[in-house]
Order: sequence, then structure tokens, then C-alpha cells
Amino acid sequence: MDKVTADALAIDPERVATEIEESLRAIVSRDLHRRGGVVGVSGGIDSSVTVGLCARALGPERTLALLMPEAESDPETLDISTQVADAFGVQTVVEDITEILQATGCYERREEAVRSVIPQYGIGWKFKIVLPSVVGNEGYRLFSLVAQAPNGETIEVRLPAEQYRTIVAATNFKQRTRKMLEYFHADRLNFAVIGTPNRLEYDQGFFVKLGDGAADVKPIAHLYKSQVYQLARHIEVPRSVLERPPTTDTYSLPQSQEEFYFSLPYEGMDLCLYAHNRGLPPEAVAEAVALTPEQVQRVYDDIDQKRRTTRYLRLAPQLVEAVFED
Amino acid sequence: MEPNQANSEAVEHDLRVFLSANYFLGDDPSHLAASSSLIEAGLIDSTGVLELVGYLEEQFGIRITNDELLPENLDSIENIVGFVERKRQSDQAA
Repeated sequence: MDKVTADALAIDPERVATEIEESLRAIVSRDLHRRGGVVGVSGGIDSSVTVGLCARALGPERTLALLMPEAESDPETLDISTQVADAFGVQTVVEDITEILQATGCYERREEAVRSVIPQYGIGWKFKIVLPSVVGNEGYRLFSLVAQAPNGETIEVRLPAEQYRTIVAATNFKQRTRKMLEYFHADRLNFAVIGTPNRLEYDQGFFVKLGDGAADVKPIAHLYKSQVYQLARHIEVPRSVLERPPTTDTYSLPQSQEEFYFSLPYEGMDLCLYAHNRGLPPEAVAEAVALTPEQVQRVYDDIDQKRRTTRYLRLAPQLVEAVFED
Repeated sequence: MEPNQANSEAVEHDLRVFLSANYFLGDDPSHLAASSSLIEAGLIDSTGVLELVGYLEEQFGIRITNDELLPENLDSIENIVGFVERKRQSDQAA
């Protein structure tokens, strides 16, 4: 049995960058008939690589980096996103979306749901939603709400389904508001909206439908996150991005992606997804991710379950009868 | 009919009504086998487990702890019925 190692995901970054850039040029001009691209830049690795590839493919003058902080964004986000735009010489527009989110009731609806579970939750409190680890847990995993009082005291409670769905639905205003603004600028400039999901996010449904899941083209959706990092180093994404731990930057308490969604940190998730995609048994990748085969099997099961339960996120609107489309 | 059997049948009836109202069991929900895995049948996802646990706690007056969130307790109608019965008996004995 061939063992999977981290080298399995090694790429020739110049060749991959060139392929993506050629495709991006062809898709944006020939298929979409647009003259540039808008990228929502969050200061994370995916949007930084995407805006860099867009600038290289279409030209910095035909690339717009849209920076959309809100009241709960990490204070570093705007500065790091500006560094990224400057590194690739692209123009930026800053749209603070806090007031739009207030108008939609994003914060208020969410906090009402939080207060129904933790009545003392109020001004100065912060929260996040977490899931127990797949690896250390044989049973079903239920979402918990972790809230931190201004004095630092934390409370963790199991979230009832209604409150969980309300908190997620209200929070999704953030991704959908950002996408609305991306399309405003894309329409204004006759640009395409360039999406930023990597393979893990795309495959596992880690996006908001009609939020960050919406785009005209998704140039890095076929790349594992480890490969996105390789590209990032090659196209010289600023060090501040490379060294920043992946985060959702979605809730008021910092939340890692594996606390909320993925079973493992991205390096391990990548290798498990790669091995599972090739039909390899858990034993083939267990050593590389420092888990037992039984634990890898749980990760495989979680991958399959997420594919099933997020299928609807990737579906186009369904028609009752086929309609002729060119 | 033994009292325990009557209780089990009532729990199963209530459970099927809940599953039928909240998930897509097809035209005839009574056809879902009591031993079928709800997860593997695609009926319940992680949010669905959250809903199921909330329903069981409220409907049957039990408290389900994190270490009881296991497939052998919750992944089929017959497992759930048995689990609810055991929980009620242990609560009564306590």
C-alpha cells in the first residue's frame, strides 16, 4: 500500500499560476465578456492569492480589491488587506458594512438568539459557536455557544437547533452583504466577480449560498489549501498573510476553522481529503496526519457527511422542466 | 399488552410523527424500518441531530448528556425508543 505524505500535494507553483492565469483571462473576456475582476479581500490566504492571480492575469488596473470590514472584524484585517492590495498594485475600495448589517438586523437578531440561551449576555460580551473534535469523539457532535463576559469569564452551553439556525442565518448577512457590494462594483465597472474558495471549502460546503459561495469564476477551487499556500509564497503574498492563522473572522470571539467546521487543521484535512478522493484506506494516510486509522475513518465519514448535507449549496436553481439555454 | 410494550409503542408513534413532520420520509413514513440508520438514510444531518436531541428532551422529559450522543442511542428508531425507555427508567429509579 502506498503511503501518502505531505509531498503528495507539492505543485510546480509557476506552472499552476500560469495555467490559472491563462484560464482566468479566457473565462473573464471570452466567456463572461467582462473587462476585469472584483475580489473581496479579507486578509486571508485565499483572497490574497486570488487577487494576486487576478492582477497577474488581467492586469492590476483591471483588478479591484474590495475591503469590507465590519464592527466585529479583527482590527488587523483592514491593514493586512491593504498590504495585499499594495503588494499587487491593485486599486482598493473600502466599504465598511457595519451600518448595512445594523439595518438588516444582523447583530440584533443574532444577539437576541444568544440571549435566549444565555440571559446575562449583553454589552461587552463576545461569543462564538464551536463543535467538539471529530478525532476525539466517537459520537455525534452538537454545536455549543461559547460566550465570554467582559471580565473574561466564559460560559459554554449546548445550542438548541432553533437558536443555532437563527445565529447562523443572521451571521450570513455578512457574507451576503459583501457579495452584494462586490456585484455593485462589478456592475459599475463591467468586471466579473472572482470567488475565493479553495478545494476544502468548495468540496465541503464551507461557504454561504449566495454569499461567499457566489461568483462568476472560482479560480482556486481545485487547489488544496496547502497548494494555495505554495502559490502564495510563489507570487509573493505579504508575509503578514502567510503567518496569519486561518480564521473565520465571523464571530466576536476568535474562532478557528476546525473549531466550527473542519475536523483537523488544514494540513491534515488536505491529506485526508486527497487520500479519500483516491479511494485510499485510512492506513495510507494515518501516519502522515499523526492519527490512528480509526480516527482517519471518522474524518473520512465526516467528509462524506458534509458532502451529502451541503449538496444543496452547490446546486443551481432547480427547474421543473428543462429550458433551452445556449 | 405489557406496560413497557405500550410505552415503547407510544414513544415510537410520537417519534415517527416528529420525524415525518420534520424530515422527508416519503409518502408513507411508516415504511421507514425501525432499524434503518437515520444518518445513512440521509434523513438527519448535524443540525438534525441537534433538533432530535431537543425534541427528545422536551417530549419525554429526559436530559441527554454529551457522552450519550452515540449512534447506538440515536441512529435509528429502535435505538432511540430503547434509549428513551432506559433513560426514563433510570430517572425513575434515581
